Amino acid sequence: MIALDPSFLAVQALSGLSSASSLFITACGLTIVFGVTRIVNFAHGSLYMIGAYTAATLIPRLLEFSFGPTAFWAGILASALIVGVIGVIIEVVLLRRIYGAPELFQLLATFGVVLVVQDLVVQVFGPEDILGPRAPGLRAPVDILGRRFPSYELALIAAGPIVLGLVWLLLRRTRFGVLVRAATQDRDMVASLGVNQALLFTGTLFLGAFLAGLGGALQIPRVSANTGMDLAIIAEAFVVTVVGGMGSVPGAFLAALIIGQLQAFGILIFPKSTLVVVFLLMAVVLAIRPYGLFGRAEVIGGTHAVGIASRKPQPGRPFILLFTVAALAGFPLIADAYLLKVATEILIFALFAFSLQLLIGVGGLVSFGHAAFFGLGAYGAALAVKWFGTSMETALPLGLALAALGAGLIGAFVVRLSGIYLAMMTLAAAQILYAVAFQWVDVTGGDNGIVGVWPSRWASGPVPYYLLTAALTLVAVLLLKRIIDAPFGYALRAARDSEARAEAIGLAIRRHRWLAFIAAGAAAGLAGGLYAFSRGSVDPSLLGISTSVDALTMLLLGGIQTVIGPLVGAGALHALRDWIMPLTPLWRLFLGLSIIAMVLLFPRGLVGTVRDRWEARA
Amino acid sequence: MRGDVLLDIRNLRAFYGRAQVLFGLSLHLYPGEVVALVGRNGAGKTTTLKAIMGLVSATATHATFKGHSLSKLPTYRIARLGLGYVPEDRRIFTDLTVEENLETGRRTAEAGRSPWTPERLFRLFPNLGEMRGRRGNQMSGGEQQMLSIARTLMGNPDAILLDEPSEGIAPVIVQMMAEAIRAMKAEGVAVLLSEQNWAFAAGISDRACVIERGEMRFQGSMAELMADKALREGTLGG
Repeated sequence: MIALDPSFLAVQALSGLSSASSLFITACGLTIVFGVTRIVNFAHGSLYMIGAYTAATLIPRLLEFSFGPTAFWAGILASALIVGVIGVIIEVVLLRRIYGAPELFQLLATFGVVLVVQDLVVQVFGPEDILGPRAPGLRAPVDILGRRFPSYELALIAAGPIVLGLVWLLLRRTRFGVLVRAATQDRDMVASLGVNQALLFTGTLFLGAFLAGLGGALQIPRVSANTGMDLAIIAEAFVVTVVGGMGSVPGAFLAALIIGQLQAFGILIFPKSTLVVVFLLMAVVLAIRPYGLFGRAEVIGGTHAVGIASRKPQPGRPFILLFTVAALAGFPLIADAYLLKVATEILIFALFAFSLQLLIGVGGLVSFGHAAFFGLGAYGAALAVKWFGTSMETALPLGLALAALGAGLIGAFVVRLSGIYLAMMTLAAAQILYAVAFQWVDVTGGDNGIVGVWPSRWASGPVPYYLLTAALTLVAVLLLKRIIDAPFGYALRAARDSEARAEAIGLAIRRHRWLAFIAAGAAAGLAGGLYAFSRGSVDPSLLGISTSVDALTMLLLGGIQTVIGPLVGAGALHALRDWIMPLTPLWRLFLGLSIIAMVLLFPRGLVGTVRDRWEARA
Repeated sequence: MRGDVLLDIRNLRAFYGRAQVLFGLSLHLYPGEVVALVGRNGAGKTTTLKAIMGLVSATATHATFKGHSLSKLPTYRIARLGLGYVPEDRRIFTDLTVEENLETGRRTAEAGRSPWTPERLFRLFPNLGEMRGRRGNQMSGGEQQMLSIARTLMGNPDAILLDEPSEGIAPVIVQMMAEAIRAMKAEGVAVLLSEQNWAFAAGISDRACVIERGEMRFQGSMAELMADKALREGTLGG
């Protein structure tokens, strides 16, 4: 146990304040942009990262010309301005086209920007981390109650309130600010008063990106600019904006203060689990106040959900089923071991994506943390094998059960929320599990994960394991399909299309949604378990944001409004990866651009687009 | 004396998704006149005003304001031509103070006209003058209605589309609303008024248009409509 003497506590509190400042400056931009545009900008973290890289590259050159605080701070400001301009470009090229799109598409499109920026940053600045210069005039540590404390951190502590004050003045004392606040509340009315929204939005994006760039640039004396900064900061910035209430600047400030202190002192209680503490805070706040500390319910509602509609049963259904079974069963006759391995993986991800379809397409519940259930299934199975020595036949159901249990718990929390808050909360839940898997090394093996998770002898080898996967996937998909077409599925759709009306006719929509979470979680858990045994190992990345985004991308590729869309999407994404990745090191760039193109050009997905053509001709 | 037609809409059709709501109705507005758009609940009055502002998808064979075509113009451009809009649910920015709400509507007046200023508007609506720093969410329905009209006047419009100004408001304030509309008219601002409160509309309007199920049933002077009891009972219920 660390001795709790006053000087230690003081230094700890101060470092909490300085991280709060940095976090606030970045999150403030995110919350302003969300308030006006209603877009949760995943790329905000990328802008932060660009700010850090730009400053770390630019400022040393400025300091060569004239060494001194002026050059340093001018460099910080210039970097933030450059990032502001990049934000404007992103707004004009992409965001402007998706303001009216469903939330899911907005999240995915901005995540596409994240991928593009990740590759571009490496191209422009090189693959090495860049160590920035220390600030002239703030290099010597100061003495705080006998302990040394970096003076730059004190400057950061001051920067937070200064930015808060300036943003406050901007929003309260200028016409731009008044219009931004008005648009945060009611965009259409602002247009009816003759305000050009496009300009207002572009201005807002400039401000938001400027703040992200500023936040990033201010980091360079503390940490070197690196390619992991974007996703690290975006997760924390999301928590700050959600806890503070989306769109609320003072809320973001308060939330950043709380989180900074929680991180500073959380280390004393849970030395390894600062991430868990932060996301637990978010879970608690949202459970008590579903719209954050200073947030409020959406004034202008209207459902943003898109999903599958009711369709007449296709004629010849039994034949389709028979054909599918025959095709799946006959595939090993024509495929080699490699193709079978690929097919097994596609089937697993198809099941994973299909389970998400139940939540998003049918229930309108945009879960952004579906990896949680996939990972729980995989870890459940792997832990059963590792710690209890069970066989695959026992481990798979155990994994499924763990995922269903997790879905029941998480679902109970999130069914109270709606729209973007639900997306953020599911993301947070997945991040908590990710942190647990990553940090609880004794049980989960930490970063290395668990190895030696092999199938039973009868199922090992490409052909038997493929057949097992195909059979289980088919059964699970048919069961889910049955659920979708049953009255339960209709109730979910009714709640998706109009919560108020569904409630008025007596549907217990929260319970339906909760059950949907459990069903979807169980199916995703089965997929996760199958994945663990197909690979022989599990690791925390199965629970990561990118796994959740994979599922969403498959759904988007295939088409949200169709039942077989996810299956096609899983195949398409896999094929895309297999083709592009060996061809170019810039696969993230291509994947990101493909996602953006899908959102802009084929929002109905491959299956949906083909079917539209088909029906238009008929 | 009337001058050129200010707002000229012909054969207006509007849709919510695939459902058609307006079936080719035409109307026009001259400078400085008050025209009442009357009809039952759901007849299409609000949709007509929204369609003119470009807030719902609509087509028309001819739609001009001051000679400028309105078709395919975004809402803010329509507003900038000098066409103000006061929605039925008032849509005050509740986080903003009275003065800030007025600021959102401010646009420079055309040369040669005396522009509306907060001070002038506070003389027109004395209640607002007493609560300049108050936020929208602490105001009564009637006060919000006044603020909504004042906010639109800050844009110095030539005409205002006023949706149900008397709805859900205390009788005393309805009287003030009528005064305000007369004052606007005196300033040369034309008003197209959607209204279910028949007595209120009759007291302030020069002409009336009767809408029924998305079609225009009658256009003429207030006096003609007053005289035609059968039409009134058939379309307005009294």
